[in-house]
Amino acid sequence: MLLYLLRRILYTLPIAIGVSMVCFALIHLAPGDPLSAVIPEGASPEVIAQIKTAYGFDQPLPIQYLNWIWRAVQGDFGMSIMTRRPVLSEVGPAVVNTMILAVAAVTLGFGLGVGLGIAAGYTAGSPIDRVVTAISVSGVSVPHYWLGMVLIVIFAVNLGVLPAMGMGAQGSATFALDWVSLRHLILPAIAMSVIPAGIIARSVRGTVIEVLKQDYVQTLHAKGLPGRRVFVHVVKNAAPTVLAIMGLQLAQLLGGSILVETVFSWPGTGFLLNTAIFTRDLPILQGTILVLAMFFVAINLMVDLLQSVLDPRIKRA
Amino acid sequence: MRPRWKTVTAAAVLALLAHSSGATAQEKVLRVAMTAADVPLTTGQPSQGGEGLRFMGVTVYDGLVNWDLSSFEKAAVLKPGLAESWSVSDSDKTVWTFKLRRGVKFHDGSDFNADSVVWNFDKLMKRDSPQFDQAQSIQGSQYYGTIASWRKIDDFTVEIKTKKPDSVLPYNLANLYFSSSANWEKLGKDWNKVAFSPAGTGPWMLKTLVPRERAELVKNPNYWDPKRIPKSDRLVLLPMPDANTRVAALLAGQIDWVEAPPPDAIPRLKSQGMQIVTNQYPHIWPYQISYLEDSPFRDIRVRKAANLAIDREGMVKLLGGLATPAKGMITKGHPWFGNPTFDLRYDPKEAMRLLAEAGYSPSKPAKIKVIISPAGSGQMQPLPMNEFVKENFRDVGIDMEFEVMDWEALRGRRRAGAWAPENKGMHGINNSWAFWDPDIGLLKTAASFEPVPTGFNWGRYSDPKADDLVTRAKLAFDPEEQNKLLAELHTHIVDQAMWIWMVHDLNPRAMSPKVKGFVQAQSWVQDLTPVEMQ
Repeated sequence: MLLYLLRRILYTLPIAIGVSMVCFALIHLAPGDPLSAVIPEGASPEVIAQIKTAYGFDQPLPIQYLNWIWRAVQGDFGMSIMTRRPVLSEVGPAVVNTMILAVAAVTLGFGLGVGLGIAAGYTAGSPIDRVVTAISVSGVSVPHYWLGMVLIVIFAVNLGVLPAMGMGAQGSATFALDWVSLRHLILPAIAMSVIPAGIIARSVRGTVIEVLKQDYVQTLHAKGLPGRRVFVHVVKNAAPTVLAIMGLQLAQLLGGSILVETVFSWPGTGFLLNTAIFTRDLPILQGTILVLAMFFVAINLMVDLLQSVLDPRIKRA
Repeated sequence: MRPRWKTVTAAAVLALLAHSSGATAQEKVLRVAMTAADVPLTTGQPSQGGEGLRFMGVTVYDGLVNWDLSSFEKAAVLKPGLAESWSVSDSDKTVWTFKLRRGVKFHDGSDFNADSVVWNFDKLMKRDSPQFDQAQSIQGSQYYGTIASWRKIDDFTVEIKTKKPDSVLPYNLANLYFSSSANWEKLGKDWNKVAFSPAGTGPWMLKTLVPRERAELVKNPNYWDPKRIPKSDRLVLLPMPDANTRVAALLAGQIDWVEAPPPDAIPRLKSQGMQIVTNQYPHIWPYQISYLEDSPFRDIRVRKAANLAIDREGMVKLLGGLATPAKGMITKGHPWFGNPTFDLRYDPKEAMRLLAEAGYSPSKPAKIKVIISPAGSGQMQPLPMNEFVKENFRDVGIDMEFEVMDWEALRGRRRAGAWAPENKGMHGINNSWAFWDPDIGLLKTAASFEPVPTGFNWGRYSDPKADDLVTRAKLAFDPEEQNKLLAELHTHIVDQAMWIWMVHDLNPRAMSPKVKGFVQAQSWVQDLTPVEMQ
């Protein structure tokens, strides 16, 4: 197991390098100057050259990449072009803020998805199943930022019961587990949860139907096991598949949603990326994308491990 | 028992409500949603362009020269700030003497004097000084480019030398701010720490900074100009790049003031009792055009036709009334407007006649290509507006194509000049423009010797009369005479149809009915000190 873990961690290395190269190359392919947002009006070519040197953009691209990756390995992701603050000090709080939102959205989305999925799976073909399928299809299809706007209009603007934006009365600095802060969490969490809820409901439904058709379930019934106990077996057998999907969804939620976070002015990674894209803050973009990619890899690893714990048939030799 | 329990609860709730309303009544808080995605740089020279100067420049800091933002009716003019007076030497027009205001203190209690000026100019322009700050230097370089050297004469006198005689220097100095050297020393000579606890001389003091989320400013009760001590106790600035979020937050009562509400939200905001404040300000939405060999705009008849083809009133309607039709670069009524004879009216017939003279017609249209962006600072609603112009042009015989790119890419193309290889085949660029100072508004756009990137002449406009007026205006140290020459220059470039000018933005803001006392000046910066929450 330990060996497997080590090997998997080693696997992440080429992935990290690949991701870093792709994101570095893509960003530099975009038209225009990476320093465009900070080059002032009327700057002379000398001033522009000085700025380029100060930011290290006077070097050839491969050298810039190597410099960046070498510093990143040492934990230094560089400085934001716009603010001159260390990238890590920008990405760190954003990741935490997104995590708060993601955990809320995950709890909501997974709870709803699993509940609806099981209900539909058990009643396949019935009106309940159809209603659930309709709900989950709309969950997957509704653009979540649009839903966010609709929620704001209904609950913040018209009813005035929930705040329209922000992460607390005084922002993320004072976020706590109290009603004042949690009120700010409700609408963005709902907006973020509909897609995972829809996806999970559909896959849980499919898996449950499949498991229910298995011989051993028939056998359990035939042996007279109460429905409650059979249910436990069904859930246990459906879990590994569902878990894999959940893992991917969680990773995606941790990446934040550029649109939902922007609509709600939620100061997470999505909001940060949005800002960085518009101001061409390359160090922030590179740092954030790399950190998020690593999250993805780490969560996949955790899901793999969890799956083998839940289902010993999945061997990790 | 029950009724009594109810009474007790009701009393407690009432007491609680009374307590909380009492707390808000004590402190007057103004919450503003900015369009920027981040709080502008707080250390002295703000980032985020005009919005940065507005909320993190003139609030926390002062320049040697300040803007007089007290008038709604008249264009904002300069007034003494940290300098009480200034003069230019008779013998050498590059040498300026500034007499500093006495008794001014930074927010950390240290004194403002000639050393502070020298220290701050070193911070921006002397790369080997210990306090040199790259971030602030970049932000300030648009304004200090003209300065060659500076020195202290005595504790309250400073001498500034410009590279060439430059009568526009005071305008530039209105955007260069002064932070406390003692505060920088105290915070370990670390600008990143200063960012969270800066000390300027302005009417507001930064109390809290949460990057990308909020800045909280409190009033400076010891501000040197007693008339400008803020009427509110606290000013909360929130970066909110999404226009719909800003509007929703205002309607939900989370904020009191939003910058640039989208035109289609105005009716809703009005119906909810919100105030919509607008005023003219130095902004123009134009096509800056190319005068290179391949450009149809080399022919003045085509330039005039293009200007006459545009239904500006229609465009204003499209923008929900939040703009005024342009009559030139400068707004009518501004001291620099002058008296142009070419009237920018909607006259498609005359446009077609001029185009026919130049050899074009709807069946044989003039073909032009213009660079546009889908969004950007000051760009208003660029996509529908450009489509609108395209239709207008098609009606008279100008066939316009667009090259669409993001805002920063477009700015890069403007800085490169029409002659740059990447701009080959482009005849115009839709880069919204400001005329807050004579340089950016007129002098460096019209002079043939001011090409981009140091000047603002993108299209190689070359006109001896304009050049002569620019040279004379740069040497006009008397403000009256300078205004006269600028008006003459504006008259000339409008008559020459130097650019294609469409509309002036009206700089809309939406505010809760509780916001009182705000006078929207005709400027990119605004004074928040008279604003009060009721």
